[in-house]
Amino acid sequence: MGGWTTHAGLAVALPLANIDTDQLIPARFMSVPRADGYGQYLLHDLRRDADGTLTEDCAFNAHADASILIAGENFGSGSSREAAVYALVDAGFRAVIAPRFGDIFASNAVNNGLLPAQIGAADYDALINQLGGGTVRASIDLEAGQITLAETIVTFVLDESWRIKLINGWDDIDLTQQHRNSIDTFKDHRRRTAAWAWPAAAE
Amino acid sequence: MSQPRTLLDKLWASHEILRRDDGVSLLWVDRHLVHEGSHHAFAKLAAREAQVATPELTFAVVDHYAPTRNRGQIADPQIARMIETLRANAHEHGLQLFDLDDPRQGIVHVIGPEQGLTLPGLLITCGDSHTSTHGAFGALAFGIGATEVAHVLATQTVWQKKPKAMRIRVEGAVAPGVTAKDIALNWIVRLGTGGAQGYAIEYAGSAIRDLTMEGRMTLCNLSIEGGARFGMVAPDEATQAYVKDRPFAPIGEDWTAAVVAWSDLASDENAEFDREIRIDAAEIAPTVTWGISPEQALPVNATLPDPTALDAGKAEATRAALDYMGLIPGRPLAGTPVDQVFIGSCTNGRIEDLRAAAAVLAGRRAKVPGLVSPGSQPIKAQAEQEGLAEIFIEAGLEWGASGCSMCVGMNGDLVGAGMRCASSTNRNFRGRQGRGARTHLMSPAMVAAAAVTGTIADVRPLLRGRAP
Ligand code: SF4
Repeated sequence: MGGWTTHAGLAVALPLANIDTDQLIPARFMSVPRADGYGQYLLHDLRRDADGTLTEDCAFNAHADASILIAGENFGSGSSREAAVYALVDAGFRAVIAPRFGDIFASNAVNNGLLPAQIGAADYDALINQLGGGTVRASIDLEAGQITLAETIVTFVLDESWRIKLINGWDDIDLTQQHRNSIDTFKDHRRRTAAWAWPAAAE
Repeated sequence: MSQPRTLLDKLWASHEILRRDDGVSLLWVDRHLVHEGSHHAFAKLAAREAQVATPELTFAVVDHYAPTRNRGQIADPQIARMIETLRANAHEHGLQLFDLDDPRQGIVHVIGPEQGLTLPGLLITCGDSHTSTHGAFGALAFGIGATEVAHVLATQTVWQKKPKAMRIRVEGAVAPGVTAKDIALNWIVRLGTGGAQGYAIEYAGSAIRDLTMEGRMTLCNLSIEGGARFGMVAPDEATQAYVKDRPFAPIGEDWTAAVVAWSDLASDENAEFDREIRIDAAEIAPTVTWGISPEQALPVNATLPDPTALDAGKAEATRAALDYMGLIPGRPLAGTPVDQVFIGSCTNGRIEDLRAAAAVLAGRRAKVPGLVSPGSQPIKAQAEQEGLAEIFIEAGLEWGASGCSMCVGMNGDLVGAGMRCASSTNRNFRGRQGRGARTHLMSPAMVAAAAVTGTIADVRPLLRGRAP
C-alpha cells in the first residue's frame, strides 16, 4: 500500500446518518477472498434490488467514477469487519468525509490507505448542499488537512499519527519489527512477574 | 504520593511496551482469539510468509459460520469452506482450535471466559467488535480489524492510542424483570450510539456490583453499541469465584500470585475520569428497540415517536427507521405483533439468560416460531441437564447448537424480508439478521414474553408468582 499526500477526484454525497458496517457490506459477502474484489458489494442492499440489479432511484449509483465520499454522522459504526473498508477501496474510494466515524472503521480505513476525514456539522451541510445528487471535482491535501470542493474549502480533523501513516503508507508489521528487542524484553519481564497471565496447560 | 489512577491507567501501564512521540502505544497482547472471519488476516500473514509469533497465546474457534443444526453435514459449500479454512490455518500455525465437534465449542466471547482464558488483568484482542465483553473481568479487551489481527498474529502486540476514561455509575437496585441488557440500552439511549466514542467505559456502582458475571458480560458486550471499544468492571470476589478452577485458569502458586495482582485492579479513590455519568437503577424499565440503531429504544410501555413532533434533524432519521420497521408513529410499542423470536448470541446466550427465558416459558406455549441457540456447547449441556431445553421444546421453540447464528446470519439462520423478530442479540441494524429483516432487541426474558404473547410485551406480569 503506497502513501499519498494529495488526491483529486470526483466527490459524491451519501447524505445518510448511521451507515453502519452491516450496510456497507452485508455479512453474506464476507467469505469472498480479497483478491476477487469487494467493490460490487459496497452498500449492496441499499443500491441493488432483490435480484442484485443497481436501482435507478439511488443517486449514488449514477457516479461509479467518484473517489471521495461525503457521508452522514456516525459512518462505519458497528462491527470490526475490515471488509467494509475493502468494499470502499475496491470501489475506487480514497477518502470518506463525515461528521463522525465508528472507531474501529476509522482505524481499519487508515490501515488501507483510505482517509477518514472528520468535519464539522456546518461544513457537512455546506458540502452536501453543493453536491446535491451530482458530483463535483474536489481535492484533498493531507498535510494541510483541507478539502477543496469547487470554491469551498473545508478543514478536517485527523489524528496526527494517522496523518503520518497515510502519507507514508506505512506497514505496521515492518514498523513493529524494528522494536523486536523491546518486545522480547517486555515478554520476558511479563513471564517472570506475571506467570499467571499464561494459560495453564489444560488438557 | 503517586497520582491516583483509574483501572484503565493501570491496565494500560501494565501492557505498554513503548509509546511513540505521536502518543500511540505498542501494547502486549495476552490472549488473541480468532474465528472463521479472520481469514483475511491469515491471508495477509501468508502473503508475507510470516508465522504466528506466539501460538500458545492464540486460540481459534468456529462460531460465526457454525451451523445450529445438522453439524455433521454442512450443505452450503461456502460455509464449509470458511470453517475448513480456519481449520487449515489453525493447523498450519499450531493453534489450539475449538472445532465444531469439540464439546467446548461456542461463541468466542462466551468460551473465552468459560474456559478460563479470560482473566482479570489481561489484554485481549479479537477481530470482533464485541470483544469488549471480556472487560467484565477487569481486562483490557477490544475488537480490531483484519490488518490489526494480522499484526497481532505476527508480533503478539497491537498499536493503540489510549482512550479517555469514562465512568458510568449505576446506583441502587433494578426492579424485578430488569436486566443488564436494559441497563445497557438505557445508557445508550441517553448518550447516543456515538456517546462513548473515544472512551473506555468503567461500569461502577452498587447495581453493577450486584450483577452476576453473566450480567456484567452482557453490559460490557454492549459498550461498542454506544461507541466505546472498551467496557470494564473492576474484578471482585464474584470475578474470582467465576474464574477459579476453569480449565485454562492459573493454578497453585500462579493462582495465589494472580489473586494478589488482581486485588490492585480497581480505580483509586480519587482517580479522575474524563467523563462521569450517573444512572439511577430504579428508573430503568424493560427496554426494547423500535428502530434500526440501538439508541432507538424505549421502555416497553412507551409509545412510538412521532416524527412530526421532532426537530428536522431527528425527524428524518426517525421517519426512516419507523418506515423500515413497518411501525406507525405514536402507537404503543407493546402489542406490536412479532413473526418470530431468537434467543442466543454473545450478548445473551449464557446459562443465566436461558434460565430467565425458561422462567417465562415454563408451562406455556409460544405463539410464534423461534430458535434458541445456547452460547456454547457446555451451556447447551447444562441447560439440558437443568431441564431448560425441555421447557423451550415444549413451548414449541427450536433448540439448536451453539454459534453466532441469527445474530449475524452467516450460518444461514436468517430472518426473512419484512419479518419481525424479537431478539436477544446486539444489533438492530438494517439487514443485520437478513435483507429487510426487522429486529427488536430486548432481554431474553422479554423475548420469551414476546414468544408467549406473539407481540412485544412487558415481561413483568408474566413473571408474577414465578422465580425470575
Ligand atoms: S454472537 Fe454476534 S456479536 Fe457475538 S461474536 Fe457472534 S456475530 Fe459477533
